[in-house]
Amino acid sequence: MKRTTRTALLAVIGVCCSTGLAWASVPLYRMFCQATGLNGTTGRALRAPGAVDGKVTVAFDTNVAPGFKWNFKPENESETIDIGARDMAFFDATNTSSQTLTGTATFNVTPAQAGIYFKKIQCFCFTQQTLKPGETQRMPVIFFVDPAILKDPDARDIQTITLSYTFYPVDSAKTPS
Amino acid sequence: MSDIALTPNAFEAHHGGHEHHHDADHKPGFFARWFMSTNHKDIGTLYLIFAITAGIIGGAISGLMRAELMHPGIQYLGQWANTLNHIRGGGDVNMDQARHLWNVLVTAHGLIMVFFMVMPAMIGGFGNWFVPLMIGAPDMAFPRMNNISFWLLIPSFTLLLASPFFGGADGGAGTGWTVYAPLSTQEAGPSVDMAILSLHLAGASSILGAINFITTIFNMRAPGMTLHKMPLFVWSVLVTAFLLLLALPVLAAAITMLLTDRNFGTTFFQAEGGGDPILYQHLFWFFGHPEVYIMILPGFGMISQIIATFSKKPVFGYLGMAYAMVAIGVVGFIVWAHHMFTTGLSVNTKMYFTAATMVIAVPTGIKIFSWIATMWGGSLTFKTPMVWAMGFIFMFTVGGVTGVVLANGGVDDYMQDTYYVVAHFHYVLSLGAVFSLFAGFYYWFPKMSGRMYNEFLGHLHFWVFFIGVNVLFFPMHFLGLQGMPRRYPDYPNAFEHFNTVATVGYMIMIAGMGVFFVNLIWSLIAGKKAPDNPWGEGATTLEWTLSSPPPFHQFETLPVIDAGDSHHH
Repeated sequence: MKRTTRTALLAVIGVCCSTGLAWASVPLYRMFCQATGLNGTTGRALRAPGAVDGKVTVAFDTNVAPGFKWNFKPENESETIDIGARDMAFFDATNTSSQTLTGTATFNVTPAQAGIYFKKIQCFCFTQQTLKPGETQRMPVIFFVDPAILKDPDARDIQTITLSYTFYPVDSAKTPS
Repeated sequence: MSDIALTPNAFEAHHGGHEHHHDADHKPGFFARWFMSTNHKDIGTLYLIFAITAGIIGGAISGLMRAELMHPGIQYLGQWANTLNHIRGGGDVNMDQARHLWNVLVTAHGLIMVFFMVMPAMIGGFGNWFVPLMIGAPDMAFPRMNNISFWLLIPSFTLLLASPFFGGADGGAGTGWTVYAPLSTQEAGPSVDMAILSLHLAGASSILGAINFITTIFNMRAPGMTLHKMPLFVWSVLVTAFLLLLALPVLAAAITMLLTDRNFGTTFFQAEGGGDPILYQHLFWFFGHPEVYIMILPGFGMISQIIATFSKKPVFGYLGMAYAMVAIGVVGFIVWAHHMFTTGLSVNTKMYFTAATMVIAVPTGIKIFSWIATMWGGSLTFKTPMVWAMGFIFMFTVGGVTGVVLANGGVDDYMQDTYYVVAHFHYVLSLGAVFSLFAGFYYWFPKMSGRMYNEFLGHLHFWVFFIGVNVLFFPMHFLGLQGMPRRYPDYPNAFEHFNTVATVGYMIMIAGMGVFFVNLIWSLIAGKKAPDNPWGEGATTLEWTLSSPPPFHQFETLPVIDAGDSHHH
């Protein structure tokens, strides 16, 4: 092989590696967020470890995508809970349109440093929700705040964690009906 | 650099061989020569013409913006938006659509100056012209690919320029040059897609160019020219080519994801499908930060050549200079999130990116001080290229210092997206990169055209331009510190004073550009014939051993570089 061809091929391999890295960054970034709680990504767990000494307020924030005709509200604006203890909060969603709508909720918490310590045991946001016209549904989330938060210098002073949900329509993500 | 000494053989190779000369100067007909060109010098010329054209358009757009910003309130924007919409075949537009035109202007100015002015001029223009000449090669490694690289830019630029004329009254890509999601995924109409495709083509062009430069520099150096004897301009293009090679594919992937998010229902950057718009920012700046070095490194190379030539000394600390560029290139890949300080990074992450960013000040400082040390005790002549090069050092240092300020994650929380940032990146690019382009242009103009430029007009251009850009950009530091945000067509009355000053600066700068074009046209028509080497003994690189302009094909017999260790003389 000519030397120039070889060099050019090596350069092309470099381009391919760089392209591959960029595409691989999509799953890698997701895994990284889940592992580190980056950007307030929350975690999942099977059971709560039980209450420890310390309280934190969890505030609930609800949104719907523009044009998505659901009314979506928390039953309580906020709850003050024991760190480590299991808590259940309820949200009410009403379909205000004249057709059956399916939605799915994205979620995260702020401050972002609290993400890794905010664990959900069960959540309506893990599955899609379908509401008939005018139907109202009561939707639970079961969660706890990991006691490890008390050992993290960046997170131990947090007094309020805001859990935020946004409902998006499932079928046509680009053009909400 | 003076690190290359030529043996007498080298001179004979291209001066003595008269029987070759006829063949060497045989040129194809006009169409074949300029439209099917495979000659690195002709392609370089095409790139330079392209870059000057794009620079005029991009500069005119900034003139529109400065006119609107001269006084508070909206003066002209509505009128321009109406005119544009009439061209599209529509009626008058509403205020929001007029404001959208502002975003379109900001976006177009940024994209044009980055992708269609600075990059084609630095890499395509001077890189193509002088890398083969400086390493003693007959041409680039892949001359036909070189042709493709240039001609890809034409449809690319056409797509971008045409994009505002599609999409009706809301048309035009108003996403900023960063094309951030979710703004870019929500702007409807074909304009943003056209801009994205334009970036794809420009990226493909640059990647092909990078492969070509890397192959040429690694394989086609004249006998005796080791990597450590290469002129610093060649080093700078080599490092730049690697940055292009590794950074541009990431941009290409990111904007491909944008395109599929926009058109095919994927959700890479859409929260509703589990995507994250912050990921786009990470990908963009993983490309974007190396990109800013892509725009300045060839300038570093040119400045090194010019300072050494007009100091009649080899550059101070040659190896340090070469490896400082390598270091800047490497570290440039691990500092990207300093563009994202306000996206919710943790304190520790911010500390890392602050520290890593400041580390870049070290190799950059090596370069600045080495240029000064080269001048120190040198036999200086203040020809036009030299005053531009010294102007570059001053301007780039100012921009570098504000860069160190902005590198602080805490300070940036306050400064981000203010005019302080605008001032910073215009000092390093619009002033740093552009000053190096003018320095290189005047330095090599006699070699490229065979005619001398007018020295008086060159100096006049420098001084008018220097005063103009400083009056234009320096007040932006004050505006930014006072909290004026970027990317708005209007501002509170309190900001009027320095905005008016900046617009006056723009007018002065434009006058300087007028001098440049007068000089350019006058010199091409009536300039004195240039000797092979107009700069005397300080100019030691191979291009000065050839005629001005060089023969159509050069170095048919390769020059031989003295094996002696010559950069210590």
